[in-house]
Amino acid sequence: MLKMILANLLRGPATTAFPRRPAEFPERFRGRPELDASRCENGLARCGAMSPSRLVVQSSKGANLDLGGCLFSPEEASACPQGAIRYTRDPRMAATRREDLITPGGEPAAVRALQGATRRLFGRSLRLRSVVAGSCGGCEAELVALGNVVFDLQRFGVQFVASPRHADGVVITGAVNANMELALRKSIDAVPDPRLVIAVGACAISGGPFAGSPEVGKGVPADLPVDLWVPGCPPHPITLLDGLLRLLGRLENGSRDRA
Amino acid sequence: MRFDQLGLRNRRSVPWSAVPLEPIASFRETVIAAVADGWRPAAFFGMPETGSETRLVAILAHDERGELGATSARVADGFPSLTPECPQVHLFEREIAEQCGVTPEGHPWLKPVRRHPPDHMVADRRAAPADREAYPFFRAQGAELHEVAVGPVHAGVIEPGHFRFQAHGEEVLFLEIVLGYQHRGVERLLESRERTGALLVAESIAGDTVIGHAEAYCGALEALARSRKSPRGQAIRGCALELERIANHLGDLGALAGDVAFAPGAAIFGRLRGEALNLLMTLSGNRFGRGLIRPGGVGFDVPPEMAAEARARLGALRAEFFRAADMLFDNGSVQGRFEGTGILPLRNCVELGCVGPAARACGMARDVRLDHPWGLFRFAHIPVATAPSGDVAARAMVRRLEVERSLEFLIEQLGALPRGATRAEAETLLVPDELAVAMVEGWRGEIVHVAVSDSRGGVRRWKVKDPSFHNWSALAVALPGNAISDFPLCNKSFNLSYAGHDL
Repeated sequence: MLKMILANLLRGPATTAFPRRPAEFPERFRGRPELDASRCENGLARCGAMSPSRLVVQSSKGANLDLGGCLFSPEEASACPQGAIRYTRDPRMAATRREDLITPGGEPAAVRALQGATRRLFGRSLRLRSVVAGSCGGCEAELVALGNVVFDLQRFGVQFVASPRHADGVVITGAVNANMELALRKSIDAVPDPRLVIAVGACAISGGPFAGSPEVGKGVPADLPVDLWVPGCPPHPITLLDGLLRLLGRLENGSRDRA
Repeated sequence: MRFDQLGLRNRRSVPWSAVPLEPIASFRETVIAAVADGWRPAAFFGMPETGSETRLVAILAHDERGELGATSARVADGFPSLTPECPQVHLFEREIAEQCGVTPEGHPWLKPVRRHPPDHMVADRRAAPADREAYPFFRAQGAELHEVAVGPVHAGVIEPGHFRFQAHGEEVLFLEIVLGYQHRGVERLLESRERTGALLVAESIAGDTVIGHAEAYCGALEALARSRKSPRGQAIRGCALELERIANHLGDLGALAGDVAFAPGAAIFGRLRGEALNLLMTLSGNRFGRGLIRPGGVGFDVPPEMAAEARARLGALRAEFFRAADMLFDNGSVQGRFEGTGILPLRNCVELGCVGPAARACGMARDVRLDHPWGLFRFAHIPVATAPSGDVAARAMVRRLEVERSLEFLIEQLGALPRGATRAEAETLLVPDELAVAMVEGWRGEIVHVAVSDSRGGVRRWKVKDPSFHNWSALAVALPGNAISDFPLCNKSFNLSYAGHDL
């Protein structure tokens, strides 16, 4: 035990410097994707068909990137023969509104921080209940990692609790399958008002790789209001942290709150 | 031809016409006799044939000889269950009933597995609409007995599952586990999606076993396509598999520490798990290795500087790990909770067909890398880690040993990667009407993908068996006799996949 304490003292704290300093990612990290329209030839009509996911969506103005449909696979970028789609190393991807995830070039969306009463209630103390509804388990693994000594979600006053009745909001992962839809709705109902709903991962946003299976829907059902959408497959803990902190107003655009 | 004369092995494919088609009575005898004679059922599933009959297919494995066997039978509405004479097929038969709508008559515990309508049923039949929530629980009655229901939404940040305890005070008399809450329809997706889409589904069968399932998926596909494989690619695949094993075992040791309120252990192992995941991220761009395993090899190379950096990081990880493991295993209060808790008797382990660290913690030296080696593991061997006592302590010890040995293996192999391309030219066309089996020793145990191609070179059937399909039953068997407050610890000591079981 003494050897361990000594080793810890010598190594120093393990907690990431984020958000005081930007997090660093290795060269191959697939963060937020970008679309360089200048490289698009008139193949926009074929774009969506070539991609193995719903990353590329067509609009009246041409191709858009839908971060909520992205599975962050190399093939979604290499599907474009002109190399118009590439992944940046930017972990920032969360959005307050679903439509803000759909942009012409993959630009990071703005997260509107909580205002008024919910800001006062949750800004420095947020209790979340995780509900997993037809996932692969990857998003949950990263939500668990948020609680470790490296990311230390607790230092921001955010914690996961055992019951929705003790919670301020739910974090939904999974494509929302037939076997969990009822439990999901009941869990959300059990969270007292005011409450937050956070959709994490490609499955919760759009069905992920399972979209099209008769056993799942397209993620969180359309009738449920969602306060934060966090793309990823799975989202890196920094992406999760970035989104949560922006929602709580602890990380404004252009300024950094002290942790 | 007899079931064992096909020349079927891990990563091999055989013509579908070579698989024996026996009358059901003879099929039963073949399988039951084989299992009594040292074979074990690696997979057993149903496949609709045109018309109104379902084909039952059994894949048998002989670990000592490293051989696989296959046999099949046609059935209509039902067949006499094999389970009373061969308990190892108990859950496979329940799965056949659910997927194909065919009844294993006389099955002692015929209950739903994943609670979904049949998705591999012959075209002629219609399933009766069923209530997904209906499940006939076993109940114990008595004035001093009570029933505890947990889940599907339960405890911390964890996948959904339902646990029904019959308890007498603190002591659990009976535990019934109901799963299926993570059912997404994976097999039908693998059978119907185009190639890349199906690969992304395979990577998402169980999010903490991306490498294991992608390896098995690509292995079966490569066998069916007669793909060449690049030695360098296979070596990198083997390294990635071991890195996945290390990351998850480190996480498990931390979680076990957390469950006995040993905070330093939970903190340190949690951090070390992240180090291993970060290495996978350096290699593949994703903390779980998504994007790495691709047909023909791997999608990313490990250039010499990266290999050197990885070896240095693994060396540092190893030093920290030894200190952390000593701290955990030398701690009296931790071992007091671990030892004697959640014992899985060897007899049950064998009867249930348990695999992976849970089986090795009962003293069984069962490991696909040893018994049915493929790729890198045909050339480089990792000693199999076993422990004798079958309790939480043994399952923790097996994980510790596996981390140590895999770290050694990785540091060595990363310094000796074969030269050449990382990915051989992938064949896109599958040989028609063939059966292929790919087995992998995932970090939870044996993963099996069985693929059958159709007459046009498409996919006719894709069967996925996650190690948790065997081992969930082990948790239900190990818990009675323990205090209900030890349930989280026992559950964590097996650490089974909900998504891997539910598909």
